[in-house]
Amino acid sequence: MDRRKTPLWDAHKQLGARLIDFGGWDMPVSYPAGTIKEHKAVREAVGLFDVSHMGECYLRGPRVREAVEKLTTNAVAAAPIGKAVYTLLCTPSGGVVDDCIFYKRSDEEFFVIVNASNTAKDLAWFREHTHSLCDVVDVSDDTALIAVQGPKALAMVDALANGALAGMTSFTFRDAVVAGVSCVAARTGYTGEDGFELACANQDAPALWAALLEAATPLGGLAVGLGARDSLRLEAKLPLYGNDLDDDHTPLEAGLGWAVKLDNREFLGSDVLRRQKAEGVKRQLVGFRIDDGARAIARQGYGVKAAPGPGKEIGVVTSGGPGIVVGGAIGLAYVPSTHASAGSTLTIDCRGKDVTATVVSGKFYKRS
Amino acid sequence: MSNFPGNLKYTNDHEWLEAKGSAWRVGITQFAVDALGDITIVSLPNVGDLVTKGQRFGTIESVKSVSDLYAPVSGKVTAINGDLDGKPELVNSEPYAGGWMIELEPTEASELDELMSPDDYGKHVAAQ
Repeated sequence: MDRRKTPLWDAHKQLGARLIDFGGWDMPVSYPAGTIKEHKAVREAVGLFDVSHMGECYLRGPRVREAVEKLTTNAVAAAPIGKAVYTLLCTPSGGVVDDCIFYKRSDEEFFVIVNASNTAKDLAWFREHTHSLCDVVDVSDDTALIAVQGPKALAMVDALANGALAGMTSFTFRDAVVAGVSCVAARTGYTGEDGFELACANQDAPALWAALLEAATPLGGLAVGLGARDSLRLEAKLPLYGNDLDDDHTPLEAGLGWAVKLDNREFLGSDVLRRQKAEGVKRQLVGFRIDDGARAIARQGYGVKAAPGPGKEIGVVTSGGPGIVVGGAIGLAYVPSTHASAGSTLTIDCRGKDVTATVVSGKFYKRS
Repeated sequence: MSNFPGNLKYTNDHEWLEAKGSAWRVGITQFAVDALGDITIVSLPNVGDLVTKGQRFGTIESVKSVSDLYAPVSGKVTAINGDLDGKPELVNSEPYAGGWMIELEPTEASELDELMSPDDYGKHVAAQ
């Protein structure tokens, strides 16, 4: 079957991108600069990401807040208008269906951006669990999404919007015209840097991309592929659905308790999560750093043991890679809570070789 | 497009060999480098180690994945490229020069006959 193409596919080809199959989409994994340079461009200047493969929908209707309240772990329904809220969608047993961002446009309308690989599942989930409380309108096939991330992103995009984005705070959004293109501009991202994510109509995306690239290039900016998107989010300890999140683990186990608001709320999964919060989690997602000198990288699926030698696995690595800006090799793993405190030593079976790693708290990279 | 120098021999596993006196220098091809992306760690054997054709002699960690290096012929390791310890990116920037990996003194001369010419390797890549 042919891979799906975003409206920016021709632009990626022109830039010489290396394209891979990502969930059925033909997506740029890197451009000729390479993942490391792309990663650094985002940390030091600005990077552009085509994330048009992600899913978008509207939930609309007079009773939409009741529907949203039931779907989301975070306090989305009660958020102020103009706020973007990161939330989990949970099953009744507390597992994660997806992580996504809800944009509250009015008391009767929410815009939602979901993971590309989960779009069909999420839309079905919304339709099943909102019952008839709201309309679910899938606009994924008509909507492009460009992320502009890095220390120079805010000023750059604001200039292209003739100052219309000034004064926006983190996790808010606005309808705006950027480089002549009507967008929803949200001050959100998935890199650990400040920046915007710009949603626009498919047909406008090439012009917007071209204008952004033209503005970014003199600033040291680059187009950035999915390879660096993954390494950037890992340094910022942002979980990836399918790696670090799934319907087998709860948001509390994933360390996302800050996005689970249980007080006076009932939502899908809330009973289980309330009980788990009271009892404490038995396993949790931790960040780890491979000890110096190991010259190894722990990858998704590698087993975690309590000590070197033939012992049983106590956990599993869910993400791992080089710390491109923070150095060394870093990763995320589910381990028993007894081994989850900062400074705990883990042993990771790196393809038959026992490698020691140390649990670290907080983000690997935090912008200054 | 990929380039395959005419003075080298090649393997199915996208390695190249260059005659260096009685030894053969081994590296990976531009095609392999393009597929791997940015390389961050290259683990190599020690000088004096014996390697067997088709067996793993080292590993390459790129940002996205880990790959094994397979011995193109059986032999004794006579040199390793120590520069890759601190500068693994040489494999990306100069796969046929500064990015070489090991030198081998073959123990089974007949195995050299099984290596591919640049033309044959070009066809092998085109079929990928």
